[in-house]
Amino acid sequence: MTALRTIAGLSARLAAREVSAVELARDTLDRIARLDPALNAFVTVDADGAMAQARAADEARAKGAAGPLAGVPIAHKDVLMTAGLKTTCGSRMLGNFVAPYDAHVVEGLKRAGTVLVGKTNMDEFAMGSSNETSAFGPVKNPWNPACVPGGSSGGSAAAVAARLVPGATGTDTGGSIRQPASLTGICGLKPTYGIASRYGLIAFASSLDTPGPFAQTAEDCALLLNAMAGHDARDSTSLDRPVEDYTRTLRAPAGAKPLGGLRIGLPKEYFGAGNDPEVAAAIEAALAEFRRLGATTVDITLPTVKLSVPVYYVIAPAEASSNLSRFDGVRYGHRAARYDDLADMYRKTRAEGFGAEVKRRILVGTYVLSHGYYDAYYLKAQKVRRLIANDFARAWGECDVIMGPTAPSPAFRFGDKTDDPVQMYLNDIFTIAANLTGAPALSMPCGFTGGGLPIGLQIQGDYFAESLILNVAHRFQQATDWHARAPAMATGA
Amino acid sequence: MTLSLDDVRRIAHLARIDVDAQAVSEVHAKLEAIFAMINELQAVDTSGVEPMSHAQDVVLPLREDKVTETDRHADYQRVAPAVEDGLYLVPRVVE
Repeated sequence: MTALRTIAGLSARLAAREVSAVELARDTLDRIARLDPALNAFVTVDADGAMAQARAADEARAKGAAGPLAGVPIAHKDVLMTAGLKTTCGSRMLGNFVAPYDAHVVEGLKRAGTVLVGKTNMDEFAMGSSNETSAFGPVKNPWNPACVPGGSSGGSAAAVAARLVPGATGTDTGGSIRQPASLTGICGLKPTYGIASRYGLIAFASSLDTPGPFAQTAEDCALLLNAMAGHDARDSTSLDRPVEDYTRTLRAPAGAKPLGGLRIGLPKEYFGAGNDPEVAAAIEAALAEFRRLGATTVDITLPTVKLSVPVYYVIAPAEASSNLSRFDGVRYGHRAARYDDLADMYRKTRAEGFGAEVKRRILVGTYVLSHGYYDAYYLKAQKVRRLIANDFARAWGECDVIMGPTAPSPAFRFGDKTDDPVQMYLNDIFTIAANLTGAPALSMPCGFTGGGLPIGLQIQGDYFAESLILNVAHRFQQATDWHARAPAMATGA
Repeated sequence: MTLSLDDVRRIAHLARIDVDAQAVSEVHAKLEAIFAMINELQAVDTSGVEPMSHAQDVVLPLREDKVTETDRHADYQRVAPAVEDGLYLVPRVVE
């Protein structure tokens, strides 16, 4: 088989009746059964549901009432509620939780006719950068099973990288779409905060959580985003904006210099000595390609961005400590088997239900919000968050997009960073700022290490610049083939 | 500032999470490392800076004061650990 198995390609074959949605669903379930035992990307596979949705998609296509995504198999990160299906959040706390309703983005992709084949593994409550905090065991990187797939959306990323599904959803609070996309050699987009509703997304840090798509190409991300975006009154932070077709700019004809006039900002803070040399070389080569495509590069500075990690590790745990207080063993989820009284039930339920990293973050958040420390930590972090946003606002006067590595290193080995949470947190040094500002950012593959691990390039834009970012990535992918490479396990090579 | 073992016990109590006696010092060591990183913020001059609580400076939307939800308590209680007659059961609080 070819290494590319894109949504756009499958959509064309479905439209031409070369393949049916039922055949695709069967093939997808078969690939998952064969390949996923080595990956652990799926927590739940819903074969019966997938076949029923596939039959419905074939009927819709036969009636001529189907959009481009009808019959396309996808998977959802297990943080997104799916009515009637287990939604575990990678946690023992929700190990048997069956969602009573669909998340907004799940509804959108269902309405578009996608075929949901299952729910993907993730770091517990989306807290982690390696998938090692999942209560259901880590996901393996399809390029090298000794390496992590990144996190927290590691299951979705690995499933797309291994060509189990052509697209999947993720959520990104500090890099949880882009960093695993980088480490597994696929595309992942974190849209502008407020573009895609958080309704039915089990909350981690509400001011940062953003749903977004994973796929092999920027074009496929645009197709998925079309079905995920849109106003939703059930999320008070959902933005009411005119509906946009994110594929429109991609279809525009382009000459030899399709990116002529594009100014790429290169923050000196993204190109420091901390980057792995192979990552640095791949990014330089990608920038050379962008110049061939007509873009110019300009050196910029984001002086406060280095403080993204400490700001994030105040704000995100603070919001998490509040959001996760709902897990108390009363209304849903795990309840301890033995306890003395109500307070003891809460304490034991939470001690048993949450893993070490989640507990750590709840404790950090509890502390920074506790009496006497609020101003010194939480308010201080919100002020530095403003300074970081100001850095970007200034930069947009000098450039149209900002580029650099998505992560300072390629995929690391299991266990390498588990004893040192701060080292783990620093893996998100380049991704966190886009969550703090709320502006969009994408990761796409731009090279490989000598050892065969993928390297990701991050493209950041100003608020609502999704179309521009996707177009920039698309033009690069039309001129290169990094995105078409698949791990040996996926091609049977 | 540094975090004491008593601080760890106090926040564990506030967060309603049992941390057993042997684990306190290990949790403490990890939290100390995290706070050492977070404390970099104290060196930044933020005088006159407006705190940023949200990505977009938008006013929270208002809606009409009318019931829009349907009654789904049976669905929602299906996932509860213990219910009876439509009520959530918890250990006795008042003797």
